[in-house]
Amino acid sequence: MTADVEAAARPRHIGVPSVWREALVMRLAIGALIVFLTTAIALPLGVLLLKSFQNKAGAFVGLANYIDYATTPSLVGSLWNSVWVAVVTMLIVVSTAFGFAYALTRTQMPGKVLFTAVAMLPLFAPSLLSAISVIYIFGNQGMFKGLLGAATIYGPIGIIISEMLYCFPHALLILITALSLADARLYEAAEALATSSWRTFWTITVPSVKYGLVSAAFLVFTLVITDFGIPKVIGGQFNVLATDAYKQVIGQQNFPMGAVVGFVLLLPAALAFAVDRQIQKKQVALLSARAVPLIPKRRPLADASAFTYCSIVAALMLMVLGVAVWASLITYWPYNLSLSLKWYDFSEFEPNGWQPYFTSLKMAGLCAVFGTAIVFTGAYLIEKGQGLAGARAVAHLLAMLPMAVPGLVLGLGYVFFINAPWNPLGMFYGTVALLAVNSIAHFYTTAHITAVTALKQIDREFEAVSQSLSVPFYTTFRRVTVPICMPAILDIAVYMFVNALTTVSAVIFLYGANTKLAAISIVHMDESGMTAAAAAMATVVLMTSIGAKIVHLLLNRFVFDRLQTWRRR
Amino acid sequence: MLDTKPDAHATTRPLHLSIRGVTKRFGAFTALRNVSLDVAKGDFVCFLGPSGCGKTTLLRAIAGLDRQDEGAIIIAGRDVSLLPPAARDFGIVFQSYALFPNLSVVDNVGYGLVNKRMAAGAIAKRVAELLDLVGMPEQGGKFPSQLSGGQQQRVALARALATSPALLLLDEPLSALDARVRVRLRDEIKSLQRRLGITTIMVTHDQEEALAMADQIVVMNAGVIEQVGTPEAIYVAPRTPFVADFVGHITFLDAVVADGGRAQVGPLTLDAPAAAGRAPGTPIRIGIRPEEIRLRGVSAATPNAFEARISILNYLGSYCRVALTPTTSGGQVVLADLSSNAMRDLGITDAQVLHVALPAERLRVFDAATPGDLS
Repeated sequence: MTADVEAAARPRHIGVPSVWREALVMRLAIGALIVFLTTAIALPLGVLLLKSFQNKAGAFVGLANYIDYATTPSLVGSLWNSVWVAVVTMLIVVSTAFGFAYALTRTQMPGKVLFTAVAMLPLFAPSLLSAISVIYIFGNQGMFKGLLGAATIYGPIGIIISEMLYCFPHALLILITALSLADARLYEAAEALATSSWRTFWTITVPSVKYGLVSAAFLVFTLVITDFGIPKVIGGQFNVLATDAYKQVIGQQNFPMGAVVGFVLLLPAALAFAVDRQIQKKQVALLSARAVPLIPKRRPLADASAFTYCSIVAALMLMVLGVAVWASLITYWPYNLSLSLKWYDFSEFEPNGWQPYFTSLKMAGLCAVFGTAIVFTGAYLIEKGQGLAGARAVAHLLAMLPMAVPGLVLGLGYVFFINAPWNPLGMFYGTVALLAVNSIAHFYTTAHITAVTALKQIDREFEAVSQSLSVPFYTTFRRVTVPICMPAILDIAVYMFVNALTTVSAVIFLYGANTKLAAISIVHMDESGMTAAAAAMATVVLMTSIGAKIVHLLLNRFVFDRLQTWRRR
Repeated sequence: MLDTKPDAHATTRPLHLSIRGVTKRFGAFTALRNVSLDVAKGDFVCFLGPSGCGKTTLLRAIAGLDRQDEGAIIIAGRDVSLLPPAARDFGIVFQSYALFPNLSVVDNVGYGLVNKRMAAGAIAKRVAELLDLVGMPEQGGKFPSQLSGGQQQRVALARALATSPALLLLDEPLSALDARVRVRLRDEIKSLQRRLGITTIMVTHDQEEALAMADQIVVMNAGVIEQVGTPEAIYVAPRTPFVADFVGHITFLDAVVADGGRAQVGPLTLDAPAAAGRAPGTPIRIGIRPEEIRLRGVSAATPNAFEARISILNYLGSYCRVALTPTTSGGQVVLADLSSNAMRDLGITDAQVLHVALPAERLRVFDAATPGDLS
């Protein structure tokens, strides 16, 4: 060792002030995160809760609104409607999605990538799109109206069919994950013991995915019961909770009753969330680290039937989605089927023309940039932060909360919160910024979980090493954590973008005269009978989110891989 | 609390690190119980113990990564008990290496230097020196994933040494490596430490590693320090049954103190000078290491000799582990290691009966086992 080496970086009694400055930055950042989460999530919900105990004049009336609700037959009827529609949808979707997921994970059928891609398509469309399609197929002027006989599509049947399409990919994702976690050794043991495949299915496969099944069932139930767009478009006179809340607030300006309906809506979602958290804990323990992944064997008959089944399901999905796209491209359904772009000239049907689309793009862009930055930095502070353990636990709790809150409920909370006379934030009402904050809050949890999962995979000693080298945490965050987590960060950005673009439920209460969003304009155009224009706008939104996803995939494939040589072995 | 003063040779040099009554709890679990320890400047100290004994917790407390609940930590005369890690002047190497995967070897090693506002040229020079030092010149452009485990460990070491810390902390640095690399790196780290004269603390659960590398071994168990001493002192004169059993192998025999520095083991009366001073009739335990049992030139007249039947347990290449069962009734089984030479010279076979002796000066005497004792 040379004298030079000895001399370098010495003497070193580190600047203690710089150390405290780092701790101060950490504390300020955690404080800012708490302020954001409280303002964007906790306060609106709190105000909503408060509102449900007040009369229209704002005086405290205890449970009077709830008693009012329970004794209004039409409102209780909607509750029952919501529940049974959700149960029926859940049963159909979970069983069909299970078959689809089983075919994808446990057979050697060809075309798996394509089937997965088609099944995921509804994730990129506003939920309204499937309702519009179903109207074109079974509606008053639908091509297959005759199939329904005397029944009408504008009601439970239409809602269920549309919700099936909308919920299918959500259930499928969970079931694919559950079915992928198979331990090949169990199946080999069963085979060695000469167990029939029927018995193997019931004694090994089903028990190993039961948590996934329960989880998927609860998710679909919650999605249906809290969805606003589909019942609004195709529900006709059939009232459900979500449309009730809208009518109470927007139609009758009965804010207290809207708040009560919101809280009734919150119950199933919160219950589903609680059950899901419990199940997740068990699911983790189910598969030991030493499990051997199952690679399905070639079985010609099973593979062929799986292929047939998936082809039928995928074709139906493509057809339903395709009808809306097609309908938006023809002159006048069902009389003049020549192709035309006239429905895309939105200025004819909507006072703001194309403006809502660009407002949506702007809002989704804000969510993708700021939402991702907030979520990822927040997850980092919660997961890897130092000190303020209590505050970080609170922040984590707040970050997990939106999962249990339907968008409609969150939107209602925002309305009451932002319009409260004491709230200085009231000046943001109707701005794109408010819509973006609302959407970020709405989709916070899934993004947060993605970020936390990625952060947990990083060596937990990086922070310790930086501290020993007197490198402040924000330098390591910038130089190491963010580059390593880039794939997850891009995932979050695309997730935020697509969801902000397609969501209706929360923002329907919050847009202003100049900030109408594309998804809301779809509702309005459909309401005024211009279904083809609504379909056209829905198609534009669908294409935009698919485009975003394709850009994401291309970025990952070509740019990203090249920049990240260090990932290669 | 046992006496944990370091052995004489350590106190002749100035102290670098002083731990005063440190206690650390995780909820209801007490990971460290009033631990005190002094480390001399330039010493290589190993914290040795089974998993969960608190050795890593103590290391992290010294580093400031997990702050102690009670007690003080003094580094180079400065009370750092409440200071964050960045103000404590140490370098650390983890079992996982914790190399930044997206940075090249050069950037990893220079990571702590960039923050010191050193000129780019000076940093490059220093990094090159360090890579030289750890025997990895001209590998600077590679990324961690392109290096072997041993190479990654060297880079981690270079990074920890880059800022010339006065204290080097190693948290099980070798346990993720395969056996051969581990032995080679062990020697390299030791000689590097000697050359730099840097005070070093290494956590390990591998007693062989501790014996081979340490100037001072700190044996820990259940949140307390059992013994501090040189490797030889720890091995030859363990203070507690736990230390005797954890470092090396040992057979414990239940015995009772007899008069005149002797002990009664079942029907056998042994000379055991270490038992002198204890009241006759006190129950004790006698410990003897397998390699200390004598077979050559032993007859019935040899002190502490008895007749035993041999059963061969394991053939281990250069030596053989055997069990010696006394032929007299009520005798306790003693384990012995016999070199292959001895086996051949004495023509030992399984089930053979012969005289063996337990050298009196090798018999260690401990208090009788109490319930809850780990050995």
